[in-house]
Amino acid sequence: MARAFTPKVVTANDLMSGDVIYLAQNGSWVRDLRDAALLGDEADAGARLFEAETQPHIAVGAYLADAVASDAGPQPCHFREKFRAKGPSNYAHGKQELAAQDQTHV
Amino acid sequence: MYDYSDFDEDFVRARVDQFRHQVERRVAGNLTEDEFKPLRLMNGLYLQLHAYMLRVAIPYGAVNPTQMRKLAEIADRWDKGYGHFTTRQNIQYNWPKLGDVPDMLDALADVQMHAIQTSGNTIRNVTADHFAGAAAEEIEDPRPTAELLRQWSTDHPEFQFLPRKFKLAVTGSPADRAVTKAHDIGIRIVKNEAGEIGYQILVGGGLGRTPMVGKVLREFLPRAELLPYVEAVVSIYNLLGRRDNKYKARIKITVHENGLEDIRDRVETRFAQLKPLFSGVDQDLLRHITSTFAGPDFKTTDKAPYYAARDRDPAFRSWSDTNLSAHRQPGYAIATISLKAHGATPGDATSDQMRLIADLAEIYGHGDMRISHEQNVILPHVHVADLPALHTILREYGLATANAGRISDIIACPGMDYCALATARSIPVAQQIATRFDALKLEHDIGPLKIKISGCINACGHHHLGHIGILGLDRAGVENYQITLGGDEGANMVIGSRAGPGFAYDHIVPAIERLVLAYLDLRDDADETFLQTYRRLGDTPFKAALYPEAKANAA
Repeated sequence: MARAFTPKVVTANDLMSGDVIYLAQNGSWVRDLRDAALLGDEADAGARLFEAETQPHIAVGAYLADAVASDAGPQPCHFREKFRAKGPSNYAHGKQELAAQDQTHV
Repeated sequence: MYDYSDFDEDFVRARVDQFRHQVERRVAGNLTEDEFKPLRLMNGLYLQLHAYMLRVAIPYGAVNPTQMRKLAEIADRWDKGYGHFTTRQNIQYNWPKLGDVPDMLDALADVQMHAIQTSGNTIRNVTADHFAGAAAEEIEDPRPTAELLRQWSTDHPEFQFLPRKFKLAVTGSPADRAVTKAHDIGIRIVKNEAGEIGYQILVGGGLGRTPMVGKVLREFLPRAELLPYVEAVVSIYNLLGRRDNKYKARIKITVHENGLEDIRDRVETRFAQLKPLFSGVDQDLLRHITSTFAGPDFKTTDKAPYYAARDRDPAFRSWSDTNLSAHRQPGYAIATISLKAHGATPGDATSDQMRLIADLAEIYGHGDMRISHEQNVILPHVHVADLPALHTILREYGLATANAGRISDIIACPGMDYCALATARSIPVAQQIATRFDALKLEHDIGPLKIKISGCINACGHHHLGHIGILGLDRAGVENYQITLGGDEGANMVIGSRAGPGFAYDHIVPAIERLVLAYLDLRDDADETFLQTYRRLGDTPFKAALYPEAKANAA
């Protein structure tokens, strides 16, 4: 029996910056996993992945990654996706810089 | 040091220009990612976990002050103000933007550097002993040979699409700091009974998922025959190497599957064909290259300031005990500048540190610097009278950690903090081990001990060769760390043995602590190193320390 489908997000790397990006509900690309569309339907997830693959000028290496719902939006399942969503652990670089900038703007 | 000819300059500039246009076509949508990827990899540009990564070749680890300052400038202008020195004597930038990379490559070309063949199934950056031209026990400086091989292998038309990547290393010293037995071809400069200098050729060494110790293919190769012989080896591999299975594609598997005798016969046959095609121009070139590596004008100065500083300053004494090596020139020493401050990322240097080291090399080191495969910077030629002043400045900038060859001088690959191939993190494990043993104040009591950490089976962190090796894996969605014991990267290379089941991320540092404390209890005296104790006693007492619950169950 095929394994039951688990919720996914569409993720890739941004062509110009290389940063980790996610596909949002409205079809735009976002940098924060919590803003990504969590796809609970297998056919929908496949269609969204195809949609991502037709945007090679934005997204490189798109794939479906497991995620779970939370009040704050999708959360990663595997530790690799946790690191992709957060950035490196030795310096506050990448997304951690973006998060710091957001906080100073608030 | 070798200076680019007009031909070299034109070639590198042309490649930058080509890549600039390739990037433009990719961004404009005229190249797909599948088309672009091999082109960017040919120029050392990877797409990693969070960003692109540009890997720049530092041939045989040798770098001059102008180049080091340019590496710092590139870090500031187009990256995050630091660079990461690797176990293959390269430097990696972890955060370049695609659109900036052609400018970065142009900046590198300004100082005779590039990123060509730092990726892909080609002959990679030729590495060498980081003490080349300085080590007391050296037979001959390996850099001219390494430079000859670099020129021969760069853009070699036959070897741009090998079955897999191909790595060469050269040592001119019997101590073998270049890990030649872990390379596809290892080249050892040796002297025969007649007193002639030539090469011992090793083949089929490598780490990764199938670690193998390199085997002697030719005991003594006359100097003039090097290029046709190495070309014969790579040419046989190019035909015979497996292209059906990535995991069986390296020459170590080709040698293993076909047998050393068979490979040797094929190489000798091919060599007989190739040898007449080399007219001797390569030897003229080697003589010219050798003349550019003449070495510095050594000075003779009173050594008294060195001894006075050792008597006066315990920090200097400690640093000079661990971070200096014997030099061939009386009055001189080889200084290791540790990039392993306790808690720092192994191999990382900020742009300020790079500029400072470049200045110090100019003032105290005859303008020579090396990057070691152990991810430190070496000043190969420092007069001992200058060491106290050098140390004072290094200390001011956090670069005077006295730990070369000690437990916190850890090799670590970037691991899952950066690398797309990694299965677990390496850097934080290295940071925590270094911090823990610094807190315990045991580092100098423990003495020589090499810990090497890889974040996946590909073994960029040389974990098989660590006296204690750590391999990070993904076990059912959780980071898990396997320990190997008894590895040795020296001239008689030994691949470490797996100690047993792996440890979770939170348990790996305590496990290393148990292991090292057990060694302190088990050793005969303070002069017996970890590796010597391990060899004397075998792995049983160390396993007991690692797995106390198993011991309790057996009791």
